[in-house]
Amino acid sequence: MTQLILFNLFNGLIVGAFYALMALGLSLILNLSGVINFAHGGFLALGAYLAYALIPVIGFWGALVVAPVLTAVVGLAVERVLIRPLYGRDPLYGLLLTFGLAYIFEDAMRLIWGAQSVPFQVPGWLTSPLSRQYFFLTGYRLFMILVVALAVAGLFYVLTYTRLGIRIRAGTQDLETVSTLGVNTRILRSLNFGIGIYIAGLAGVLAAGLLGLSPTIGSALIMPSFVAIIVGGLGSLLGTLFGGLLIGLASGLTAVFFPSATEAVIYVMMGLVLLVRPRGLLGEEGRVH
Amino acid sequence: MTPIARRGFDIAVWVALLFMPYWMGAIGGYTELATRIVVMALAAMSLNILLGFTGVLSFGHAAYFGLGAYGTALTIKYLVPSTLLGMAVGIVTATAAAAVIGALIVKRRGVYFAMVTIAFGQVFYFIAFRWNAVTGGDDGVTDWHRMPIGLGPARLDIFGNDKIFYYFVLAIFAICVGLMAGLLNSPFGRTLLAIRENERRARFLGIPIERHIWLSFVVSCLFVSVAGCLYALLNNFTDPRALRFDLSGNLVIMAVLGGMRSFWGPLIGAAIFVALQDYVSSHTANWMSVIGLVFVLVVRFFPRGVLGVLRSRSSA
Repeated sequence: MTQLILFNLFNGLIVGAFYALMALGLSLILNLSGVINFAHGGFLALGAYLAYALIPVIGFWGALVVAPVLTAVVGLAVERVLIRPLYGRDPLYGLLLTFGLAYIFEDAMRLIWGAQSVPFQVPGWLTSPLSRQYFFLTGYRLFMILVVALAVAGLFYVLTYTRLGIRIRAGTQDLETVSTLGVNTRILRSLNFGIGIYIAGLAGVLAAGLLGLSPTIGSALIMPSFVAIIVGGLGSLLGTLFGGLLIGLASGLTAVFFPSATEAVIYVMMGLVLLVRPRGLLGEEGRVH
Repeated sequence: MTPIARRGFDIAVWVALLFMPYWMGAIGGYTELATRIVVMALAAMSLNILLGFTGVLSFGHAAYFGLGAYGTALTIKYLVPSTLLGMAVGIVTATAAAAVIGALIVKRRGVYFAMVTIAFGQVFYFIAFRWNAVTGGDDGVTDWHRMPIGLGPARLDIFGNDKIFYYFVLAIFAICVGLMAGLLNSPFGRTLLAIRENERRARFLGIPIERHIWLSFVVSCLFVSVAGCLYALLNNFTDPRALRFDLSGNLVIMAVLGGMRSFWGPLIGAAIFVALQDYVSSHTANWMSVIGLVFVLVVRFFPRGVLGVLRSRSSA
């Protein structure tokens, strides 16, 4: 029983890490640009499929580095051409446009790589269990947690200590003032969007190695990411991180006792949070929009 | 539009709807497609109470549409084989859910309201998807069909005759649309417009904003659930896709495509969208790309919708 609980908690932690990565990117874009990027799951899948296409050429490690970058480049192009004209307009339009993009992404991937899931090769020495008793502790899973931790730490480092990050955070508070102070907010928003998409691409490569790769991989992960943002608190990236991990753990734990409620439980949590603490766990006071 | 032109447009819409099963065939459609257009039009117009007339962006209306559909299907299959009772159960269930969820989210605004409605929109999808024993899971609720309606000695055979079912749906559509029009023209509806135009000013005038938005949400969900009931009856079947977020998005695009600032806009949008979807999905496997492209093109080049453009032409 202990082993079963540990197994599911560990699974929950990993899934939660994906939710958190996805949600952090969504949050960045939402906070600075006011756009809910429904196509975020599509970018995640794109990252995964690019890695899948690159692995035979440059190997897993090369793909892990290159695929998220390429995804971010696509993201920057999409932002420049389609999303930039919508800044400052009714949020409805950004939502609808990215919603349409999500359809197109999913269909394009089905067209190029097929509707069936494809095998995603990770280096063999990573996939064997490390311990016989705790069979779920494979090298790949630990490696994944390490990469996610590094990515999150890197993101928070950039946001806290670099000029770009400080400007992004300032822009989240008051974009107009930042613009008046001489910062090119167009470029700021583009770079911010690119960072969000890079994280999604990275999450895609990691997720494909664990969950397998099919065109719907992104749409399966995006809904819980919205929940993660709301539970963690709108406007707080730290909250988003905790929100993702928390709902991952909660659904992992639920899988032990009541398997068919693993998805529903995160919505129950969201309802409770909204009822008891409307601004979310770490949401700033007075930002209950 | 002048009042006379508006009245003329109203009459044209009703005449077109009244004879739709007959002219639909002439342009390559069929009666079931006509019925589907009316059902989706009702759903999009219901959503538009919130979207166009209160200025609140809800992106999770499929939940209440689907609850109506499941309520109807499950009641007819397991409890009482009665079409009207099934609909009643569906409507009450969905409206109750909307009342609870609405109370939780009513303080949110703008993009954050959308976010919370998206997230809540999926909860019933997962329940329907996972609760196999009752909902049939991914396969949906099968092995039932809509029941003829007894009217004293007469019997309305909505099951055996497509056209009779169309007029049954149209009658319910007419009742709902009449109620919606009355509501939007009442002081309550005008207050919603005031909130849409300037929420802060409305608040200063002493209007309880949250209560109005909550009511608008619940009413909107009530009518969308009626459409959901009719949708289940139309298909004699329902599955989790009636609850999924893509339907929510499709309803929003229908409203925008037709013109969300006009009463009839969502009807026009629904007609275009449903007909297009029907045509495209029978001609190419890549219909998702086409639909996605519609979203992108509407947002980029046609954000005010058909009636929005027509109206500004006529007033210019």
